[in-house]
Amino acid sequence: MDNESYIIDVSDATVRFNMASEKVDNLKEYVIKLIKRELMFQEFLALKDVDLKIKKGEAWALIGTNGAGKSTLLKLICGILKPYKGTVKVHGTMSPLIELGAGFDGELTARENIFLNGALLGNSEQYMKEHFAEIVDFAELWDFLDMPIKNYSSGMSARLGFAVATMTKPDILICDEVLAVGDYKFQKKCEARMKDMLSQGTTLLYVSHSMETVRKLCDHVLWLNKGEVKMSGEAGPICDAYMNF
Amino acid sequence: MEMLRKRFRGLYDFRFLIRQLVSKDIKLKYRRSFLGYLWSVLNPLLVMLVLVIVFSSMFRFDIENYPAYLIIGQTLFSYMTESTNQSLTSITGNASLLKKVYVPKYIFTLSKVTSSLVNVLFSLGAMLIVFIVTKVHFSFYMLLIPIVLIELYMFCLGLSLFLAQLSVFFRDIQYIYAVITTAWMYLTPLFYPMESLPEKVQQGVRICNPMYHYIDQFRTLVLEACMPPASTWGYGFGVAFVILVIGTWTFRRSQDRFILYI
Repeated sequence: MDNESYIIDVSDATVRFNMASEKVDNLKEYVIKLIKRELMFQEFLALKDVDLKIKKGEAWALIGTNGAGKSTLLKLICGILKPYKGTVKVHGTMSPLIELGAGFDGELTARENIFLNGALLGNSEQYMKEHFAEIVDFAELWDFLDMPIKNYSSGMSARLGFAVATMTKPDILICDEVLAVGDYKFQKKCEARMKDMLSQGTTLLYVSHSMETVRKLCDHVLWLNKGEVKMSGEAGPICDAYMNF
Repeated sequence: MEMLRKRFRGLYDFRFLIRQLVSKDIKLKYRRSFLGYLWSVLNPLLVMLVLVIVFSSMFRFDIENYPAYLIIGQTLFSYMTESTNQSLTSITGNASLLKKVYVPKYIFTLSKVTSSLVNVLFSLGAMLIVFIVTKVHFSFYMLLIPIVLIELYMFCLGLSLFLAQLSVFFRDIQYIYAVITTAWMYLTPLFYPMESLPEKVQQGVRICNPMYHYIDQFRTLVLEACMPPASTWGYGFGVAFVILVIGTWTFRRSQDRFILYI
């Protein structure tokens, strides 16, 4: 199959961190260590030779224990991290949902934050003005629009974050444990919206520890263990294997 | 050339974000203060007033229209310190965001330098008041003031980019930089005339201190109502350009490693 048909193409990606035994982040220590020749870097591979090829419209879940490298892989795909080895190719727009409410400023009101967050996701002013009402409708926060975000509960700011991020109709939607804080009703609403986007051809990348939602939403699963791919493919069998691991 | 065009294209795509970040800085600066935006005009006026009282009663310098002389120097210099100091933490302060969303990192530094410039525009209002009160003769040369501000903006942006990337790796830069700006302030003729420095030091200031040139250009345009010599324009733009290139280059070279240190 030719390469162009993949919307996300991660091949042989390795991510390396410098895990210095003590973090040197000031000039004084740097000079002292340089003179004493103690400036050592300990290598730590967060991802090892990971391959992931995703076609348009597929829904992939990333599963694995804490520290397995799920979030690192998402960051790699978003372009926040650069691979140490290997390549990452992404075709299309994406809405990084890695943790909701990233980019909210606590001092600003919800109204101002919607515009700021929309701008961070790369939308134009025109677009945000047109969709402003729709976003607030979805988040059900009309009563609290002019309150600073710092006074919001975590569930409320999560609602707002989800509403802004999914409003943009990106080609790729990335969710990292997003539904954990919402109440039951809102979780249902988010799932419905994700399903709706999937049916319109959006590609989904989803991190979760809830096998139930994974089975419901995703058709493919990538199981990471200590930075390496343990299994990858159809959702059903891998979920079973993961639960029995 | 093609690459340069692509850069500017990228900048254009993010204009809405830059505008949002700048307006955020300005809105938050005086939010929940009683006088609000009035502070932007009031603040430089009050600082100037204090300095005028101190320097016209305790240390006397023979300078014509001392209040105007002072407020020009003080406004431009405090723009430089404010924008660079804010930029020092522009990357480290937005760490949580940079770890989660992909945004070109220079946007944060750029927006800090720009929002400080907007504050300078408010201060121009304060200057105008001083000019009117002290009966400065208004001339067409004042229309060249934006050119001085462009030079200064380029210089501050370059310096800010350099400092922002450096402080990611070395957090103590901000303490060292505070010492440097203090020394820098006393080596810039803000509240004393250039002539009161020893001949040798004057020479040094002319060669090494671009802030002196920017402030001097501004003062010449306003207070003497004549064109500053071409040499100072050449020097001013030259230094601004070189610093901007160095800043951009060092920032670009190290930006991929930021994520590992913030």
